[in-house]
Amino acid sequence: MRHESSSALVRDAAERAGRERDRRRQRLTPLLDQAAETAARDDQQYDHDQAQHRQAPDHEAPDHEAPEHEAPDHEAQHRQAPDHEAHDQEAHHQSDPLPTTNDPPSPPGTGPAADGQPGSHPPSPDLPPLLADALDFILRRISGEYAIDEFGFDREFVTGVLFPLLRPLSEHWFRVDVRGAENIPDSGAALLVSNHSGTLPWDGLMTQLAVHDVTPSRRVMRPLAAELMFATPVVGDIARRAGATLAAAADAERLLSAGELVGVWPEGFKGIGKLYRDRYRLQRFGRGGFVSSAIRTGAPIIPVSVVGAEETYPMLADVSPLAKLTGMPYWPLTPTWPWLGPLGLVPLPSKWIIDFGMPVPTDIHQPSDADDPLVVLEMTDHIREIIQRTLYALLVQRGPAFG
Amino acid sequence: MGRRVLVTGVAGTLGGLVAAELARVPGVDRVIGVDSSTPTVPPGDGVEVLSLDVRNASVVTAVRGLGVDTVVHMGVITTPVEAGGRASMKEINVIGTMHLLAACQKLPTLDRLIVRSSAGVYGSGPADPAMFTEVTEPTRPPRSGWGRDCIDVEASVRGFARRRRDVATSTLRFAHAIGPTLRTGFTDLFLLPAVPAPLGRDARLQFVHTDDIVAAVVRAATIGCPATGQINVAGPGCITVMQAARMAGRLVLGLPAAALRRLHRFPGAARGMDLTDDDIALLSFGRVLDTSRMTTVLGLRPAYSTAQAFADFVAARQLSSPMSRVLSAVRPT
Repeated sequence: MRHESSSALVRDAAERAGRERDRRRQRLTPLLDQAAETAARDDQQYDHDQAQHRQAPDHEAPDHEAPEHEAPDHEAQHRQAPDHEAHDQEAHHQSDPLPTTNDPPSPPGTGPAADGQPGSHPPSPDLPPLLADALDFILRRISGEYAIDEFGFDREFVTGVLFPLLRPLSEHWFRVDVRGAENIPDSGAALLVSNHSGTLPWDGLMTQLAVHDVTPSRRVMRPLAAELMFATPVVGDIARRAGATLAAAADAERLLSAGELVGVWPEGFKGIGKLYRDRYRLQRFGRGGFVSSAIRTGAPIIPVSVVGAEETYPMLADVSPLAKLTGMPYWPLTPTWPWLGPLGLVPLPSKWIIDFGMPVPTDIHQPSDADDPLVVLEMTDHIREIIQRTLYALLVQRGPAFG
Repeated sequence: MGRRVLVTGVAGTLGGLVAAELARVPGVDRVIGVDSSTPTVPPGDGVEVLSLDVRNASVVTAVRGLGVDTVVHMGVITTPVEAGGRASMKEINVIGTMHLLAACQKLPTLDRLIVRSSAGVYGSGPADPAMFTEVTEPTRPPRSGWGRDCIDVEASVRGFARRRRDVATSTLRFAHAIGPTLRTGFTDLFLLPAVPAPLGRDARLQFVHTDDIVAAVVRAATIGCPATGQINVAGPGCITVMQAARMAGRLVLGLPAAALRRLHRFPGAARGMDLTDDDIALLSFGRVLDTSRMTTVLGLRPAYSTAQAFADFVAARQLSSPMSRVLSAVRPT
């Protein structure tokens, strides 16, 4: 019975909307094609292709959008197109995240429209271009006209929303000093292996932002995260949108085979949940599954050493009964948490250094060596050694954490 | 001599479409449609319809004389509403398939079997990889409903394939079917004024357009080199629940799992719309299929991506809401 009433409701709404159906069909399908195309493109080509891609909708306009426009309207759109393109380009450069630390930070709020995918609609002529782009961005998000990849990665969300929020934190709060940017390949696969610390995974986010901002083609590193993260509401959802996926061989190798930069923290919870007195002491690197994946796909391994995250929430004790009760891997007591309530979640402003080491090639091995425990464990130890040594050296260079 | 094809479940939307399309394929001589109920809409020219219940041993005698060489099993049902209850649904899906396979085993002329299954066999959980290949071991296999039935159906089919090695057996695991003419409990969710979904989740969904389902089945039944084993079939790409709701001009209503299990109590909801634990898991953790076997072995390039398939559904349903009307008024076109 209720079934009937629901469909009647829909029919009724449809009649009221009149020509809505055709308009939506005309509008949605080409836009989705276009969005999917953008998402499918290789990272390395991203910036390079921007200009070309912006022209694509205009070329296609006669086929797809013609029925939607009255003829004179259509003409007007064509005249407008080059103008729009110029504005768009300008906006893009303006908000480009800057590779060197000396440059001023990008103005907040310009990110969304500018760094995201090309605007699908020409902005209204009476709006300033940045505002029009922002409006266009918001409207497209509201109507679902954006593309994600099979892992749930939403590039527009990451470069347009997440990174602009993180950038002030990185530049002014942690004052992140990025070293060895030249070791990150501008195209092709690589596995970034990093130490893990700090109770909450700020180190992962800061590394992801650093990789994006120092690579000329604005690469987004794809983090491998624990199952617990995806089991948690909201957090798991944001993680997938930010490009993370499950830390398992299947996903790691799928991403590496597709030529992506993949980030992994082999210490896992043992690293991020360690006590303050154990800071900068690398924990066990698991079974070296990450090395197997790198060997199998021939991707080089880039050791990443992060100094500073250890001091963000100095963990004085781990209340393991509470952790067991809540199903968490650890339950920290820090000088501020839980004593100050939500204020205890504010990370301390320690000075950070993120160092990208020389790539360690894995293609000297045969793919079949990925199953040889001797080769895998030896290389795992080698990578661990490099990071541990670099950490000690960087600690000396940095001096006091809050100096 | 051309092919002689038996299609089960021709009274269903997809079974009827498949039978009609097969009748149009040049190399096919005869298409015999079977169903326990008579189709409300005749499948079209060239399809002979037999009123037979596959759960009955008489199917063997009825079919033997026809010289059938291909059996397409579409006679499975996806929601309890269609069958008039969960028990009856399981009976039709699992026992019905067993009877059909028993009949097939005694058909000497048979050399090809195509079975409709579902991506539901993979279940959905936080520890699953981002994409399922045909050999991925599910971490949380489904425990109820259509997905569970598909696991049982596939087990029978594997047993059959072992006993009749001369028959090329293809099991097609489809993502959620969607299309302008199809109604399922799952797609009906997007017709509600607000789309109910688990609180704090925005899972990845994948759909396959009904046109592509028909194309996949027809291709599997007629290609020269049979595509054996399990094959994932889905529209490329994925969309999230929230994205789908927005495309349909709806808002998402985040609800705890207990409320999602009793959806029919909400205004505007239909009987039988309640979500099972497996549906809730899917809406929480999502599921995307690796369709490389579909393109390499079956040679199918879907006409609709997941997003396009959903857009076609939205267009055909003429979904509209205050929000979409405001949007179309505000935005410059």
